[in-house]
Amino acid sequence: MTEDWRSYVQRIEELAARSGLSFNPVDFEAVPDSFMMEVAIYGLPVRMPHWSFGVRYIYQLIQRRMGHSRLFEVVFPGNPGHAYLAESNGLAENILVTAHVLGHADFSRNNLLFRRCQQQVSERIVEHAASHARQIQHNIEAHGAQRVEAVLDAALALEQHIDVDQDLRRERYAEYLADPRTLVDDTFRKRFAALEPAAPSASLERKRAPVPPHAERDLLWFVANYAPEMESWERDIFLAVREESFYFYPVFATQIMNEGWASYWHARLLREADFVPQQSYLDAIKCHSDVVRPIAAEQQVSLSVNPYHLGFAMWEKIVAKDGLDAARRIMEQDDDFAFVRNHLTRELADELGLFRYSARSDGQIKVLEQDLTALHEALLAPRYNFGAPVVSAAHVRNDGTLELTHDSSVDGRGLDLERSRKVLDYMQKVWRRPIVLTTVNQAGSALELTAP
Amino acid sequence: MEGDQGRREEGAAGGAGKWYELFSRGARDWLRHDEKVREAVRANLPEIIAGGEVINDGARTVRVPVRMLEHYHFRLRRPEEAQGAGQGKAKPGDVLSDPARERGPGEKGAGGRDEGEVQLLLEFKVDDIVDWLWEEMQLPNLKARVGPSDESDWTREGWDRRGARSRLDRRRSFKELVKRRGAPGATPTFTDEDLRFRQLARRRQPAVHAVVFFMLDVSGSMSDRDRKLAKTFFFWVVQGLRRQYRSLETLFVAHTTEAWEFNEPDFFQVTGTGGTVASSGLLKVREVIDTRFNPGRSNIYLFYASDGDNSVSDAAEARAALASVAADTCFTGYVEVSSGLSRQLATETGKLFAELSGAGCAVGSYALNDFDDVWGAVRHFFTAESHSPDGPRAADAPAGGAPQAGSP
Repeated sequence: MTEDWRSYVQRIEELAARSGLSFNPVDFEAVPDSFMMEVAIYGLPVRMPHWSFGVRYIYQLIQRRMGHSRLFEVVFPGNPGHAYLAESNGLAENILVTAHVLGHADFSRNNLLFRRCQQQVSERIVEHAASHARQIQHNIEAHGAQRVEAVLDAALALEQHIDVDQDLRRERYAEYLADPRTLVDDTFRKRFAALEPAAPSASLERKRAPVPPHAERDLLWFVANYAPEMESWERDIFLAVREESFYFYPVFATQIMNEGWASYWHARLLREADFVPQQSYLDAIKCHSDVVRPIAAEQQVSLSVNPYHLGFAMWEKIVAKDGLDAARRIMEQDDDFAFVRNHLTRELADELGLFRYSARSDGQIKVLEQDLTALHEALLAPRYNFGAPVVSAAHVRNDGTLELTHDSSVDGRGLDLERSRKVLDYMQKVWRRPIVLTTVNQAGSALELTAP
Repeated sequence: MEGDQGRREEGAAGGAGKWYELFSRGARDWLRHDEKVREAVRANLPEIIAGGEVINDGARTVRVPVRMLEHYHFRLRRPEEAQGAGQGKAKPGDVLSDPARERGPGEKGAGGRDEGEVQLLLEFKVDDIVDWLWEEMQLPNLKARVGPSDESDWTREGWDRRGARSRLDRRRSFKELVKRRGAPGATPTFTDEDLRFRQLARRRQPAVHAVVFFMLDVSGSMSDRDRKLAKTFFFWVVQGLRRQYRSLETLFVAHTTEAWEFNEPDFFQVTGTGGTVASSGLLKVREVIDTRFNPGRSNIYLFYASDGDNSVSDAAEARAALASVAADTCFTGYVEVSSGLSRQLATETGKLFAELSGAGCAVGSYALNDFDDVWGAVRHFFTAESHSPDGPRAADAPAGGAPQAGSP
């Protein structure tokens, strides 16, 4: 069975290359379902241990037992890429999945956001994550499981708080404020200096720059670099988590595009693959329609939008209207925000039956009037800022107290106080000085949380 | 075909492959989560102990409902009105029912952020909890009062040339034969000299037996809640003592102006009316001790729960009865259950015990006003017990050869 599937891989790859896909080689491996599930939970084949993954594991087990989810493949971009296929896949499913994986491989090699992040993280994230896991294992042996766990509690709680616009390997802030005098026109300064050689040297009055010099969104980086009493192995754990987050970001921020692109290509490659036997083709097409179906069969309405379906429909539309070259350009340049805002048109939204709704806390759900821009934002809202509230480091006081601020003007409302307090508790264990967080309460007035 | 496949894959993975079949990281991290939950529960032992509901009669486990732990992230507060995007046949203005909101967030596992509530029911062994209690209280384990055991315990000890046939030690006898003849190989013939018989010796055992009297005041002034408080407290006392003694006999005495002995299930159901005459209960205990136990050979404990309103006219009699009982017990504890009024032992019965304690007897008292106090009470008595020297008891206890306890 599996042998059969492997014999198709090469032919599908050739077909994909002829169709204009350009991808790094991909290692395919068939693995047991249990392993698939774990990869999906951890996000990486080998990753640091943490109890929170255990919680997800149980939820996943429950879901699987209830028959809600089934994983066909998990793919890791890189050079070479790694694709894990579930051993339980049938031949038709595997043919489909192989084509799907190549779509992802094409996407991750050519999409700018992916490329940028991969340049930062390197194309070997799978190996990096495994070495982080190993390092953390060493830490556990050296410092004890509890101390390591406390650090991971904090680091993983902040995993979404990175700044992908900055480099992965960032320099520390300049220690001194730029001297305003150096900013003045150079030739003038030289002439001026020549006139008065005894002018007091500028360096004597250098001023220390405040830390941070501006609100810092990359909390993982900031804590790792500026925590007053953190040990170096603790900083390394923070930076390891941060590196993995840099890897996860493009996956997160291009989900609709990426899954849509892969679905578009598996459908198209399958249509063109005349070497696939008739029956397998039919089975594969059925599987495809399950994957990209908008709504569960027994339902009329869904309160969420299947990203596979949305992306697939959008790419089909784009290719039909503007051709493949235009589609490839969009694929290279956009992320989900640009993609949805630019290419989800009124007609398409109507065609797909997309709507906007509001859900009151008493459980009443009401469909809202049509408004394309608002629909875009409703689709994208859960994806802003890596899905996390905008919390940044604002200031470190002389006594080492860290001031965090939550930008409620961007997020529209304040933080969940109980959870935030717990996060502060986690952070406090590595920051080791007081932490103050300002957000707003229900009424919109400022509110301060402190730890300890 | 299949075999071929296997070999190839192994080659590709360079021998290290297939590790994932041996080891589930998800399960490992789940176990860690479980451990954390247990730690959390353990940190809240006083609450568990206080929760009277968790105690099932006769059960060796306690069930504690817990939530799964959440790894916290910064999150926005739940809005009064959330917006979302959906798909399907719906027109503006339609009001939808909530079909699948509870059913978890679709297929993506990696996100897993909006986990629905899942309740776990963790089962703890009572023994474990008691272990934790002991660790928590850092009690030197209660010293069992040493005394000869009633159970005779025979052990093998040495050999003799005479004995019952059934105790013939063939191996040993054969050795003797070989020794005597000095030459193996020849057909052995045993003589009576060669035979060795195993000897038995009776071994003295430290007392492993304890008797606990629970005496409950069921007079009209004791409310249901008071009795429940007492029950919860008694439960943990039994657990604590059971840890110490191999066999524990529990006896239940309830009293108003009269006293009766009960079995356990009935004991906690009893309600009485009328006044409180503590001496009646104490005399009943005295009577049971005298008829069924030998104070010199059993470790006797008495725990008495009452609201303390002993009738004033009973004071002298109660004092005498208490002194007599206390003289024969390892420890006598008094809990004053007076929910609502916290009188801090300034009651008739309270004074009685205070007096006795002042006289150097192994007695202690504790005011139990609320379920939260159960923990403190358990702690109080067991710490007190371990600290109190055998005191007055030490003099008359060892009668039956205690010093030999350790010798083989």
